Amino acid sequence: MTAPRHRLPPPQGLADRLLGAAASAAVLAIVGVFAWLLADLLRHGLGGLSWHFLMAPVEAAGRAGGIAPILVSTLAILAICLAAALPIGLGTAILLAELGDANSRFGRFVRRCLDILAGMPSIVFGLFGNAFFSLVLGLGFSLLAGGLTLACMVLPLFIREAEEGLRAVPQEQRLAAAALGLGRWRMLWLVVLPAAAPGLFVGLVLAVGRALAETAALLFTSGYVDRMPGSLLDSGRALSIHIYDLSMNVPGGEANAYTAALVLVALLLAINSAAAWLAGRLGRARWQVA
Amino acid sequence: MTSQTHPARPSDTATDPAPDEVSRRLRSVDTVPGSDGVLCGPGCDCSDPAAPPAVDTPPALRIRDLSCTYCAARVSGEGHVAYRAVDLDIPARRITALIGPSGCGKTSFLSSLNRLTDLIDGCRVTGRLEIDGVDILAPAHDVVALRRRVGMVFQKPNPFPLSIRRNLELPLREHGVRNRAERAARIEAVLRDVGLWREVEHRLDRSALALSGGQQQRLCIARALVLEPEIVLFDEPCSALDPLSSGVVEDLIASFRERFTVVIVTHNLAQARRIADHTAFFWLVDGAGTLVESGPTAALFDHPHHPLTRAYVDGARG
Amino acid sequence: MSRWRPDADRARLDDRLLVVAARVSAAASAGIVLLIGGFLLVESLPALRALGVAPFAGMSWHPTGGTDGGQFGLMPMLVGTLAAGGGAVALATPLALLAAVVCVFLAPPRIALLLGRVIELLAGIPSVVYGFWGLVVLVPLIRRLEPPGPSLLAGILVLALMILPTLALAADAALRAVPRELLTAASALGLSRTTTLVGVALPAARSGLWTGLLLGVGRALGETMAVLMVCGNVVQVPGTVFDPVRTLTANIALEMAYALDLHRAALFVSGLVLALLVTVLVLAAQATTAGSEAHP
Repeated sequence: MTAPRHRLPPPQGLADRLLGAAASAAVLAIVGVFAWLLADLLRHGLGGLSWHFLMAPVEAAGRAGGIAPILVSTLAILAICLAAALPIGLGTAILLAELGDANSRFGRFVRRCLDILAGMPSIVFGLFGNAFFSLVLGLGFSLLAGGLTLACMVLPLFIREAEEGLRAVPQEQRLAAAALGLGRWRMLWLVVLPAAAPGLFVGLVLAVGRALAETAALLFTSGYVDRMPGSLLDSGRALSIHIYDLSMNVPGGEANAYTAALVLVALLLAINSAAAWLAGRLGRARWQVA
Repeated sequence: MTSQTHPARPSDTATDPAPDEVSRRLRSVDTVPGSDGVLCGPGCDCSDPAAPPAVDTPPALRIRDLSCTYCAARVSGEGHVAYRAVDLDIPARRITALIGPSGCGKTSFLSSLNRLTDLIDGCRVTGRLEIDGVDILAPAHDVVALRRRVGMVFQKPNPFPLSIRRNLELPLREHGVRNRAERAARIEAVLRDVGLWREVEHRLDRSALALSGGQQQRLCIARALVLEPEIVLFDEPCSALDPLSSGVVEDLIASFRERFTVVIVTHNLAQARRIADHTAFFWLVDGAGTLVESGPTAALFDHPHHPLTRAYVDGARG
Repeated sequence: MSRWRPDADRARLDDRLLVVAARVSAAASAGIVLLIGGFLLVESLPALRALGVAPFAGMSWHPTGGTDGGQFGLMPMLVGTLAAGGGAVALATPLALLAAVVCVFLAPPRIALLLGRVIELLAGIPSVVYGFWGLVVLVPLIRRLEPPGPSLLAGILVLALMILPTLALAADAALRAVPRELLTAASALGLSRTTTLVGVALPAARSGLWTGLLLGVGRALGETMAVLMVCGNVVQVPGTVFDPVRTLTANIALEMAYALDLHRAALFVSGLVLALLVTVLVLAAQATTAGSEAHP
């Protein structure tokens, strides 16, 4: 049972009434703008949404046709991003949460680095990805370069969630495992990771959401090419870049930009709701969406 | 808790009051006219035929058939009864202690007296609760004005995370003391009252959180007094303090006799004996807190009428 | 006993491998920050070496023109970044604070929950969609008010909308952490709603509020897509909020595609400036949190 909320004294006097009015106005403004945005997307975007739109190739620079190659590229970038971020992120989370390194000098250093990484503007990731993955590692403008850049970006978010998931595993379970003579690795693999799986999954879902929403970091890493990618070293256009390109660089692309934006928002709302629902089932009251 | 013979005994009840304390206490009891009859409720069999029948000072608080229910779940409708049908008169400008085991509704009772129970979702207080003949439980009653007349000090010192000065200024400003010089004068006076002025006069603008636990509690008492209330409620004000600070705070409260009406919840029976003029004993009956017996402290401790009271204070006597 | 030995040895080896693997991953995670810093520095070096630092403080940005190899003044764009970010924070902070106060204190539980969900959903909408919405909805409205339309004002509005959820969620967490005893004490003193909130709850939550604010500022300064799409991208110091501006982030996004040599290096310099700005903000946010932990 949650503790009952604290009740404030009933409103009295001018100041309280002004505060109440201002609060109501703020809430109405926020909810109103949210409704406006969603309604606008639905009104202009829903008409173009069809099976054909999702399955057809891009035509006339996006004014016609669908977004099939865009979706494929987006999925490929996401897959690469997760494949790179999961093992590194999980390893770091294990170090911070399980191996008692959280307060060592190294642990504190890692945490500080991650905090800075979490605040870094996405365009800076784009610059870095272009210089490092595309040029130095010779990946060029490719799905691989884009996915790896995004992996760097979602890493702090995933690590924070994974660490929280690991910490939520009751200490008794570890003690019980240790009492059975299990080593650290066995304990982790057989007891802690299965128990922490839901929390890790929340982290994964949030990371996908963050990667899916990203645009600026992909501009000079995965590029603009709107054909169906043949390999991971081909350039491919992510959904968010498609929206940007249609609205800024393609006269007459607005209608399809609306539909693509609707698809992206629907995907993100679904993903974030899933994460919120999962986190709620894990008993965590509130989490920060990055 | 079904045992009626041996109630849980608080850990720090052993110390007996010093002899001069006892005599002082007896004197103070003597000074209350008709004190024997004042605190009795119906169902209390302590009526002493020898006691003078008249009550010439009206009580500060007249409590009749007061009950408090917590409604845990909105659906179920039935709730947990914190205390039931309490009848009690609290004499003006005296110290009244509420004693009894944990969970018998003492703190809920205390928070009803300034309607702090309003803040708890699902908490309902019924009955009559009169100050100067006015029922303060009436929904239309001005709660802010009530809380200005009835101050409260809590178990854990809870100074606001502001400067010492600001802690005291906040209630003063709120209640319309606009004049800066007057505020400063009242802050100094009240800090002198609680014996804190010498300790903090040079650091009024430092954070109140930098004070020690005992100092924080005295600041909280000062904060309750700065509005010049008539009644001050103390909810186990010493139990979170070390013995030394606890003694300081206790002496402070004892010094309020004749100035304020004090109601204090305490688990420390020795403390109740030392400082209280009157004592009311609560016990859990059928899952609800009930006022078992009340009367002048010396009488209640030395000649308890009810077997529960006897068992409880005997535990204290050891 | 002896037949257990090999297994115990293996277990010990597994454990040691686990520690090594975890250390390596952590080093890699931390290394990314150093790598980013290193690359920004290395890629900006040609420009810094050829021009020094002073020209970047200039007012004129003509990276490809002229006989002298171009001018690389970042000042107008820095002004644009600060104006858009500052305006957005000034607009969003009171709204976010009020929304958090409603969620934590004022609204009935169900409404509060609903509002919380809306804010979380707002937080999940990608910046490119905010930018697109600003471009097709807000910019035409502003054009009707005062041409040309794409402007600092549009940037401020869209950015404010974007950082509002971040600020509101941080404020919500900070206010929720205010000890109940303080609020009870405030009520026992007969303090009014407004005084309880402004005089007690907000001061008690201040370190969390500051942390959230600093992170919000960082987010506003670093945002690219939304401002790129609605600000008009003219390199100038804006005279009014209706003038178009270009931010540092938008400049990188616009010119990186064709930038070469010194021009490219100059863009990395602006990236370096951004990264430093944001790092200072993050460290400041950490310091406020650490400070509040030291003096509880």
